[in-house]
Amino acid sequence: MTAMLTLTVNGRDMSAAAPANMHLGDFLRHVLGLTGTHMGCEHGVCGSCTVIVDGQPVRACLMLARQAQGARIETVEGLAQDGRLSPLQAAFRDHHALQCGFCTPGMLMTLTALLRDVPNPGESEIRAAISGNICRCTGYQGIVEAALAVATRNEASTS
Amino acid sequence: MKAAPFHFHQPATLAELAGLLTSLSNARILAGGQSLVAMLNLRLVTPDHLVDINKIADLATLRQTGGTIEIGAMVRQHTLLHAPLIAQHLPVLVEALGHVGHMQTRSRGTIGGSCCHLDPSAELPAMCALLDAAFTVNGARGRRIVPASDWFAGLMQAALAEDEFLESISITPWSGKHGYGFAEYARRHGDYAIVGAGALLEADGEGTIKRAALVLFGCDTAPQRLPQAEAALVGTRAANIDFAGLAAAARAQEMMSDAQVTAAYRARLAGIMMHRAVKAAQGRLNKERP
Ligand code: FES
Ligand code: FES
Repeated sequence: MTAMLTLTVNGRDMSAAAPANMHLGDFLRHVLGLTGTHMGCEHGVCGSCTVIVDGQPVRACLMLARQAQGARIETVEGLAQDGRLSPLQAAFRDHHALQCGFCTPGMLMTLTALLRDVPNPGESEIRAAISGNICRCTGYQGIVEAALAVATRNEASTS
Repeated sequence: MKAAPFHFHQPATLAELAGLLTSLSNARILAGGQSLVAMLNLRLVTPDHLVDINKIADLATLRQTGGTIEIGAMVRQHTLLHAPLIAQHLPVLVEALGHVGHMQTRSRGTIGGSCCHLDPSAELPAMCALLDAAFTVNGARGRRIVPASDWFAGLMQAALAEDEFLESISITPWSGKHGYGFAEYARRHGDYAIVGAGALLEADGEGTIKRAALVLFGCDTAPQRLPQAEAALVGTRAANIDFAGLAAAARAQEMMSDAQVTAAYRARLAGIMMHRAVKAAQGRLNKERP
């Protein structure tokens, strides 16, 4: 019931074995050692496990590892480049968008996907996008402000 | 918790899928997985075989044939939400899709999965009931078409035999200037609705209603059409819709009661949601759409 998978994670080709009943989140954490992706509820309600699969944000606990054969996966470990935080990560730090940090990888991946599709989202779009991500600490305000700051900067650079 | 072990199958064609469903016992079909994988993780279901249909390209087509829109069972909710074909012809579906789960679940969730899982509060099966969709079922014994009126066989039970699968859903759009409305109440955005309603209206140039469809969901084990209230609308002027009567008709439907929501509260919401849905449909009647 275990099979070899080959897939791309944060631009690197990887190959490892996964049992049929392992979800993608456990595969990333326990098999590939990429523990940045957090598992909260493991049944699709908290959003902390969000990763980007073939360009789309998905819940890693609701996808089996075997279904990721050949897929292009992006996780929070891939956001910073050459030791420099991504603009969204930097904005999270500037706007106090995290306290304990448990929800943060899921928030970052969700908002990264949103900002690619819609470079200059408004507050309601941002709130709708993170409606599937639960944060127990921040009250969401800082997270929304961080995303808005990136959105505003994106707008300034395109106009 | 973690899923119990199972055998994993990934058929690439409809024929392979039909063969697997005939030969395997205690098998479950895995579509988008946004309900099923959660249930596996919680060990609410423990199939011996999981048949993943994500690799079957023939199930993922979205097309218009003649006057009908045919949506493959594996078309993702995200795809439907952004498809110009759906926006143009089935705007009520687009509005409902905005309430289905979240961005991350719509990326994988499919219309066929929703319509086979059949949560009583799910938006997509209710819209299929509203739009009189036809369900194309396939399997080793051949194809058959199930009208929406026969699809809902019981609580979370579609009219599918163990050796059959849902292939596609066909919907004939209403006229270009029909009015549509959708309303639901949920505790949090993206949750399943406690109660929701949908309405479609068509009128002639004078504003007399020629055709009407109404649906409630979340109230009973399956979406409920309101044939009497629909018939009463036909022939009346759109400007003179009896909203109080419609709300009363909605409240009079069968209502379930559970640990969180009483039947009386559901009935109250049903009246309000029906009012809102019909009001929205009335406002959009005979308007040019952008
Ligand atoms: S861990 Fe995946 S949604 Fe909570
Ligand atoms: S920062 Fe603690 S849960 Fe969001």
